[in-house]
Amino acid sequence: MTYITKPKFHHPSLPKNALGYTHRDYEGKVSTLCAGCGHDSITASIIEACFELAIEPHRVAKISGIGCSSKTTDYFLNASHGFNSVHGRMPSVLTGANLANRDLIYLGVSGDGDSASIGLGQFAHAMRRGVNMTYIVENNGVYGLTKGQFSATADRGSKSKRGLTNNDNAIDLVAMGLQLGATYVARAFSGDKTQLVPLIKAAIEHEGAALIDVISPCVAFNNHAGSTKSFDYVREHNEAVNRLDFISGRAPIHVSYDPGSTQVVEQHDGSRLVLKKVAADYDAHDRAGAMNFLAHHAAKGQIVTGLIFVDSEPEDLHRHFNTVDKPLNTLSEKELCPGSAALEKINASLR
Amino acid sequence: MRNTDIAAPDYFHKVVDCQWACPAHTPVPEYIRLIAAGRFSDAYMVNWKSNVFPGILGRTCDRPCEPACRRGRVEKDPVAICRLKRVAADYKDDITERLPKPAVIKNGKRIALVGGGPASLTVARDLAPLGYSCTIFDQDPTAGGMIRTQIPRFRLPETVIDEECGYILDLGIEFVGGTRIDSLKALLAEGYDAVFVGSGAPRGRELDIPGRKEAAANIHIGIDWLSSVSFGHINKIGKRVIVLGGGNTAMDCCRSSRRLGGEDVKVIVRSGFEEMKASPWEKEDAMHEDIPILNFLVPKEFTHENGKLTGVVFEKVKAEYDAKGRRNLVPSGEPDQHIPCDDVLVAIGQENAFPWIERDIGIEFDKWDMPKVDPTTFASTNPKVFFGGDAAFGPKNIIWAVAHGHEAALSIDKLCQGQDINDRPHPMVEIVSQKMGIHEWSYDNDIALDKRYRVPLRDKVVALRDIKAEVELGFDLELGLKETQRCLNCDIQTVFESKLCIECDACVDICPMDCITFTENGEEADLRARLKAPAKNLTQDLYVANDLKTGRVMVKDEDVCLHCGLCAERCPTGAWDMKKYLIDMTHADDLCRTRHQSAA
Repeated sequence: MTYITKPKFHHPSLPKNALGYTHRDYEGKVSTLCAGCGHDSITASIIEACFELAIEPHRVAKISGIGCSSKTTDYFLNASHGFNSVHGRMPSVLTGANLANRDLIYLGVSGDGDSASIGLGQFAHAMRRGVNMTYIVENNGVYGLTKGQFSATADRGSKSKRGLTNNDNAIDLVAMGLQLGATYVARAFSGDKTQLVPLIKAAIEHEGAALIDVISPCVAFNNHAGSTKSFDYVREHNEAVNRLDFISGRAPIHVSYDPGSTQVVEQHDGSRLVLKKVAADYDAHDRAGAMNFLAHHAAKGQIVTGLIFVDSEPEDLHRHFNTVDKPLNTLSEKELCPGSAALEKINASLR
Repeated sequence: MRNTDIAAPDYFHKVVDCQWACPAHTPVPEYIRLIAAGRFSDAYMVNWKSNVFPGILGRTCDRPCEPACRRGRVEKDPVAICRLKRVAADYKDDITERLPKPAVIKNGKRIALVGGGPASLTVARDLAPLGYSCTIFDQDPTAGGMIRTQIPRFRLPETVIDEECGYILDLGIEFVGGTRIDSLKALLAEGYDAVFVGSGAPRGRELDIPGRKEAAANIHIGIDWLSSVSFGHINKIGKRVIVLGGGNTAMDCCRSSRRLGGEDVKVIVRSGFEEMKASPWEKEDAMHEDIPILNFLVPKEFTHENGKLTGVVFEKVKAEYDAKGRRNLVPSGEPDQHIPCDDVLVAIGQENAFPWIERDIGIEFDKWDMPKVDPTTFASTNPKVFFGGDAAFGPKNIIWAVAHGHEAALSIDKLCQGQDINDRPHPMVEIVSQKMGIHEWSYDNDIALDKRYRVPLRDKVVALRDIKAEVELGFDLELGLKETQRCLNCDIQTVFESKLCIECDACVDICPMDCITFTENGEEADLRARLKAPAKNLTQDLYVANDLKTGRVMVKDEDVCLHCGLCAERCPTGAWDMKKYLIDMTHADDLCRTRHQSAA
């Protein structure tokens, strides 16, 4: 909690984006989370990503569930649409909203409790349906609001702040996302914004189900020795497979990359993902290989981060349903009530 | 870059821009907080200790603090520091009980002070309570020097001068008025242990152009004229007046003229309006009194008829800049301009004059005929003679004279105690955390955008009728309180402890000014370009802290930090703290002597 109002002053030479906004214009209210919470860094990264992409805030719908993570939608993009849903039900609210208005940018913000426990079913179905969204899990492995019980993503063998050992197996949302058909899967660490910001930018531009699992230490209940989601542990065990540079399709490309060490992924909208390889033989296009790689490193206690998988030709829910290509609220009465002849035709097809 | 040495007194001192810019290093934010708390007498005493003349300076200071003020960098106009000082002086209670008492036991040392202006008065104030017998000599009957003779009463009432000079003279100082010192040699022969020369820059610069002699009756040297006005020897002037010169003296001349019968008063300057030496607010005040300022006009000739001045001929010039960027005024080719007038006041500068200092008493003079004075100790080449104020380095302002006086007093004290005057003691520094509890800070850090408040003025018609009617009425308490809230508390420092930092980025994310960056180390120029917001203001330091777990460095650009404390508020481990940094400059006093001994 912070009781000092954040002053409206900003740095006199703050850069502006194509819309004339500074990154301060993408802020929300001052965070009420504990000081030092990893979630606040993710909030800052979302602000930075939206600023850099010059997104119009009113084109974003930010949707969340319940929990520390889900509170954060209040702390960024003040001028966007927002919905705080029931616990674990963010994916279905988001899916519904997306079906009604496919033109908005959907930002689902959830936590490990919201997505891996109460909302696991919802999570799975949104992924397998390929809803066009950026689904960010702020994953701290602990129930912070109820004072530090293990969550479903806590690693087996890790210790709670009180010294208890977790005997349950952990749910790896990245592995699930890969298995369920998400077309953009990444993992990042809240303590490394240089990695996280481009991953969020690329996810927003990705036209399919994009999942980013962000390890986000809970300073109050999960940042001690014995935790596998502490700042120290994640920094020591972080295995980045690549570093991403996101180049928007609108911006001219001047940078040339050495083909030996980089992989360029062209996206459907003309944007490019330039992946600087860290792990030499890692291929971000190979879903099965990625799952293997993940399992292999998890067994060694390593946390794989970076862009783990991307499908450059994603398909989304609207395509599967063959829905109308306009938001429903833009359809006129003529299109919505095509008349009795059309009804006759449909009825005839069902006979 | 290396770890910033925050233990060096200068580091955090520089962050307090106003205090650093003040020649006397007055702890500005400290007294502004005291004013905000309604503790006017305390605020006055903080000032009195540091700058000796709070009531006088609160009306007349040249305010080097204000251009330095951080508010000017993060918003637009600086805090009205100078006029807040006046609030402390206006609303204080009787403070005589808090002043030092005349020394009961004299130490047997005798000091002569030449000139009774701010520099000498400061020296005497610092030395008299220690037991020194101080004797001040001045040509005028009363103390104050240029404060009394050159600053018009409508800017500075006599009561304020009497009060603040009185506090000093009441310390058992002997003031010998109406006495000019005509020979330093003779003065030294009287056996003083030290002599301080604070005789100012008393000679107004002459303008030697045709017609000067013939029309002399109506051509006056500005500072002499102001002095005569001040002592009541002159109480009228012609209807049409031309003031030549663009400094603060010119502004005082033209505004005084308006009150002594001048109806059509003009200021005419050689340079452009922007390059004038006068402070912007003094130009504003003059123009507010319907005095036009005409620029790029060089006086060529005084015209006269039957021995009476009729006007001045000016050549129109323009500014040209050479390859080195130096400005030259060259004729514009337009025809000369004749401006008729009844009187001319020449205020084109003032000079030092030391005809009374013999050249064979061990005081060396440089090629500009100025004494060689050490800029730290203010000693001349004669070990017993010290200079300060305008007499040392030419015309400056009251606050510089005060600063010189403190340093010279320290030197004189050391000389008389048989110590090395070049061994200057460090300032006293006190650093205290302002954290009172969770989310509680002992200073008001709720910072908002707020425009500078204006000081109310006396009605112009009323003000122009009486040369003794003070124009500025001073802030009332409500306005004063509002203005205090614009201070950013730059002395409440952000202090970082690497060992406690877990690099969670909370401070980076919350900082409203993007001052803080965690990044790979590098050279300063490289780091400045790589920060979250580039640090382009090279006059402001980078605060660098190494020893972080990831091997990166924390870099904070001090430039536009609001000292709001959000970094410390959001830090989970207390790696950031807000600490009040009080820097107390060393003056000649008992404390400094014991401090010196304990260090030795």
